Amino acid sequence: MSIDMAQFHQVFFEESFEGLDAMESGLLNLDMGDVDKEEINTIFRAAHSIKGGSGTFGFTSVSDFTHVMETLLDEMRDGRRQITQTALDVLLGSVDCLREMLTAIQEGDEVNESKVAEHKQALDKELNGESTEVPQIENIAQSIDTIESSKAANEGSSQAGWHIVFSPHAHLLKTGNDPVRMFRELKELGELTAIVDLQGVPGLYDLDPEDCHLSWDLKIEGDISREEIDDIFDWVEDDCDMAIQTLTNGVTTSQHPTNDVAPNQINSAANSEQPAESNDVKPEKISSVQAVNQSAKPKAEKKEAKPKGSSSIRVDTAKIDTLINMVGELVITQSMLSLVGEDFSPHKLEQLKNGITQLGRNTRELQESVMNIRMLPISFVFSRFPRLVHDLSTKLNKKIELKLSGENTEVDKTVVELISDPLVHLVRNSLDHGIEMPEDRVAAGKPETGTVNLNAYHRGGNIVIEVVDDGKGLNKEVLRAKAIEKGLIEEDAILTDKQTYELIFHAGFSTAEKLTDVSGRGVGMDVVRKNIQSLGGNIEIESELGKGSTIAIHLPLTLAILDGQSVAVGDETYIVPLVSIIETLNIDESMVNRVAGKGETFRLRDEYLPIVRMHEIFSVETAKATRLTEGLLVVVEGQGMRCGLFVDDLLGQQQVVIKSLEANYRRVEGISGATILGDGSVALILDIPGLVRLSNL
Amino acid sequence: MATILAVDDSASMRQMVTFTLKGAGFDVVDAVDGVDALNKAKANKFDLVVTDVNMPNKDGITLIKDLRALPDYKFIPMLMLTTESGTDKKMQGKAAGATGWIVKPFNPDQLLKTVKKVLG
Repeated sequence: MSIDMAQFHQVFFEESFEGLDAMESGLLNLDMGDVDKEEINTIFRAAHSIKGGSGTFGFTSVSDFTHVMETLLDEMRDGRRQITQTALDVLLGSVDCLREMLTAIQEGDEVNESKVAEHKQALDKELNGESTEVPQIENIAQSIDTIESSKAANEGSSQAGWHIVFSPHAHLLKTGNDPVRMFRELKELGELTAIVDLQGVPGLYDLDPEDCHLSWDLKIEGDISREEIDDIFDWVEDDCDMAIQTLTNGVTTSQHPTNDVAPNQINSAANSEQPAESNDVKPEKISSVQAVNQSAKPKAEKKEAKPKGSSSIRVDTAKIDTLINMVGELVITQSMLSLVGEDFSPHKLEQLKNGITQLGRNTRELQESVMNIRMLPISFVFSRFPRLVHDLSTKLNKKIELKLSGENTEVDKTVVELISDPLVHLVRNSLDHGIEMPEDRVAAGKPETGTVNLNAYHRGGNIVIEVVDDGKGLNKEVLRAKAIEKGLIEEDAILTDKQTYELIFHAGFSTAEKLTDVSGRGVGMDVVRKNIQSLGGNIEIESELGKGSTIAIHLPLTLAILDGQSVAVGDETYIVPLVSIIETLNIDESMVNRVAGKGETFRLRDEYLPIVRMHEIFSVETAKATRLTEGLLVVVEGQGMRCGLFVDDLLGQQQVVIKSLEANYRRVEGISGATILGDGSVALILDIPGLVRLSNL
Repeated sequence: MATILAVDDSASMRQMVTFTLKGAGFDVVDAVDGVDALNKAKANKFDLVVTDVNMPNKDGITLIKDLRALPDYKFIPMLMLTTESGTDKKMQGKAAGATGWIVKPFNPDQLLKTVKKVLG
């Protein structure tokens, strides 16, 4: 039977990366306090699993590498080795190296051999106190094995068969071993005669039916190697007394017993021939084995490695069960409805209505549970930060403690994938620019160790992710001066606090007096904001000079479905995301100002809102309302700015499934996507921040 | 056909073992660690247990020991999947009541050969 092992590779890579994450966080926890036995065990287990899997799936370079890590960890686990900071650093470095190796193999790239060798040398050095060539020793052992077995095979080939005396210990059956199984295997090798010895069977009263009381005298004829015989009895070696002798034409000529039957003969046989011969063969053997390994390995791995395909997702079985349950109910509703439909008569109307209500409920529940499958805990993202903070604070010579909260908050899988980089940038910024040097902190009357909190929680229909630090905070004066210097604002511009902080999102804005290699060169924050906006979210900053800053990212719960308000403009229907609507009102002409060249504004309480005439922007000729008093003004907010959308009418609220316009057509300013309505027609979903931008031009 | 309990905390190994054995026509139930396996073993009667050694919650050797203590599993064959470096583990496993072992890394053919050998 041949099985394509490649089908298991994806799962292997996923669990290996998870294992590496576990090792990393475990190693980081180890240096924070006293040594936790279970923690080392977890780290060891992860290394052990990666080694086992990589060996099985043919990634020998990975299993060789992990083997050294495993040995080191094993010694730490048993208390045979002191856990030092150097050792931890070497192990952390190896985790990174292993991650790179696995990524390279997964993507079918070349493994960076020199880097691997470097890390392996560091591991060997840590393990042995100096650099040694461990693999060579293994190879020697292997080649000796090969020689021994071929020797054994040769020895056996001249024989006519074997005579075996087999006396199992009483408990043999309780190990799940069955003598019959062994005899069956022997029979496959050659002609078998078995004579049972009943002498050991006690009287009926003394007989324990669960014990084995029999022994056997076995003769097997044929050209059979000793190794084949040993293989069969391998598992029961310690559970029996056994003597194996060679047969030549049915005559016993020499003895090769095991256990307590004449052990000296075994030794003499082994001593007399094998070592001498293996010594002679050793050098060529080793070099050829190594040469084969080196030339064959990269090719073989490359062939097996697959390009990174569609990603997979690990789902709690409870979620799947719920889903199956929902589908079951849906099927029931469907059969009920088709029964009603078979011979429909008006008096069945009530039944039909019930059925449709039920269908509606089923659909909603099904939708919810399907969405639920895409949800992953934010810990997938947070888990990389302890390492990041550990490494960076060492590099910056700062003392920083990272606190995580709300790791179990679930977010859409796409969010998990895309939020990571922006978040790394924000945390790096906090560490680099936010938290002060220990001496500065003490001078400012703060604890020496700075704190960075990463929080995640639900608020309304949103997920909020916060990066909070107790560092020096943003200096408004510095920000302002910088913005004037860069020509971003006029010298006499009046800015609110919020607007001042927003300045850091401008491309090319960097307040750090000195550029470090830790955080960026002023190209970062605008990219961060763009990334978050592409996820349908926004980012806000709060800060107090000397006390610290809070950067909050607000993200929608899911990216695939949107709560929308449909509005009519002529024959067209548009969807306005419900979250961005502030209010809707009739327009009082007296509140409208027309500014030459700048369009119309509407005075809402003390604020002037630009009016966006939807029928003009989207060139809808069938619009019913062209005079402002005839339609409605939907006040919306995006990126902290507001505007009024002028529409014919409000239609209704509904959840819509977002279909990408970019993927199917092209990007259109002011439109974020499209959806299909109940009647089959297509409605465009408005991109409010985009429209606000348009209205302010 | 015989029913086999396959225990491994590694998803890829579990899949490989399950897929191989199912492909050969065995009924296979899998378990993610010793605790899961013990619960499943109590709820069903298996003809063979194939278990990894290093696992969280309950390791393979303790699992074998616990299973042997159950009347239903007194004589049932139990195989452990172990790495070649694990001579100690083999001995510990034998002491706990393991029938035998399959040395990692192994390929599906080796696994099947051993399983068929044990189940006859």
